Amino acid sequence: MMDLRELYQDIILDHGRHPRNFRAIEHPTHLAQGHNPLCGDRVTVYLTLDGDHIADVSFQGRGCAISTAAASLMTEVLKGKTIAEARALFAHFHARATGGKPTQELPEPLAEEMDRLEPLTGVKAYPARVKCATLSWHALEAALKGGSDTTVKTE
Amino acid sequence: MRSASLRSIYPAPGGFDPRVLKREFPIFASNPDLVFLDSGASAQKPRSVIDRVSNYYSTDYANVHRGIYRLSARSTELFEEAREKMRAFLNAADPREIVFVRGATEGINLVAQSWGATFLKAGDEVVLSELEHHSNIVPWQLLRDRIGIRLIVAPIDATGGLDLAAFEALLSPRTRLVAMTHLANATGALVPIETVTRLARRRGAKMLIDGCQAAPRLDVDVQALDCDFYVFSGHKTYGPTGIGVLYGRYETLSAMPPWQGGGEMILNVTFEKSEFQDPPHRFEAGTPDISGAIGLGTAIDFIEELGRDNILEHEDALTGYGVDRLSRIPGLRLVEAGQRRLGILSFDLEGVHAHDLAQVLDQHHVAVRAGHHCAQPLVEKLGLAATTRASLGVYNDEGDIDALAAALEAAQEMFAR
Repeated sequence: MMDLRELYQDIILDHGRHPRNFRAIEHPTHLAQGHNPLCGDRVTVYLTLDGDHIADVSFQGRGCAISTAAASLMTEVLKGKTIAEARALFAHFHARATGGKPTQELPEPLAEEMDRLEPLTGVKAYPARVKCATLSWHALEAALKGGSDTTVKTE
Repeated sequence: MRSASLRSIYPAPGGFDPRVLKREFPIFASNPDLVFLDSGASAQKPRSVIDRVSNYYSTDYANVHRGIYRLSARSTELFEEAREKMRAFLNAADPREIVFVRGATEGINLVAQSWGATFLKAGDEVVLSELEHHSNIVPWQLLRDRIGIRLIVAPIDATGGLDLAAFEALLSPRTRLVAMTHLANATGALVPIETVTRLARRRGAKMLIDGCQAAPRLDVDVQALDCDFYVFSGHKTYGPTGIGVLYGRYETLSAMPPWQGGGEMILNVTFEKSEFQDPPHRFEAGTPDISGAIGLGTAIDFIEELGRDNILEHEDALTGYGVDRLSRIPGLRLVEAGQRRLGILSFDLEGVHAHDLAQVLDQHHVAVRAGHHCAQPLVEKLGLAATTRASLGVYNDEGDIDALAAALEAAQEMFAR
């Protein structure tokens, strides 16, 4: 068994306790809720798009250290990215978090952002926790797809 | 009436030693480090139950109630013997009052769909409590959406127990059924079910008791309770999965139509019309879980050999020890469980989410449940998103509680860094 300290790295505990961009955006262009019915965790992801750029992104909700840190780190890496870049990051992150191989290489600036998400990919050793790390990303995906009123569930 | 082989493992007269008892549960030999505190979700199985199910398939197996050959007759006899054991376990008046179902969930759905859909009409009221788990909420919501009954929810009081006065005030001439847990699975709050039943019956309402958590711990006497229905799950009562019991008062069961059709539940079938069996077979369409019923019979033997008074004494003492030990952990809030907490310790640890906590506990081989325990409305009412729950079984001892406490302290240290 992997040492739990690799799952709960300092950066995760820090973001879990002091989440960044933990606020509502008053008039978001996009919004979606994520809900994990298994544990009752809920997250709302707010987005303001400027063209195809993410001008602002934030979240609110309640969850475990992993899901809170994942949402917090997500908002940090996404600010200023294009929608295509956000999706590429999610695809890459999702593959890494589930123990798979990403299908394509990320270009250099995105690869650096992916490095920031790397600590969260420790969940691959704990299948029950993968959804904690990906809940906010699924909500983001739903917000981008569905606009301003969507709920996604992880199972 | 302890067997000679089991007698030797109970050194203390009138009691038993869980450390010795653990040897009767093969799971602990296969997982020597396991600290199992999740019996509320499902209990581990004693060797006698595992062997009985296996032996039944090896020596006595055939379908029931249909073969003329001797093997089928023997299988039928064993199946009906198991029913008689359930009758004695609940002190029902008649074995025909025992319906084998998949579990408590199916038992409640049976009552809702057969009795409820037949005898209730729009505007009739079914009273539940805030202590219920989803199995005793959702079947009634489905019925409400179908026929327009009203669901009334009796609140808990500040101590986390059922608010009896509020419950009584909610009863009305429209109350047709009270469906309530005997022991709350999410918090361990014991409900004064005798009083609840008396009040319900006095109002002319029927009474259904969900005994999932009570059956493994308490002496249940459906005649003394004077309830109309009592359900419990085999797998929480040291028996196999896939089997459970619905007790129903015979006259009530007799008036109820079948809820599923098929073989075993009929007397005569033509394409125009079928005639149905009397209870309990009317409610047991298709080939039942024969080995499950026989295995549950052996689990009940196991419980009776230990003695239900002894089990209660053991769980009371260990619950008390747990409350004592956990209360000494700074930042730990035990979820309120009313006047009497039994067998279940539900808690919140400041600064650590239940799922993170359960993960750390698992690292220490401590198995607990984290989440809403299929009782989401109750957990939310208590102001929590999730709790961590340790639930006890006959094989637990103070060492298990100490291991839990040590793991909790390790988790605190980890998340405080």
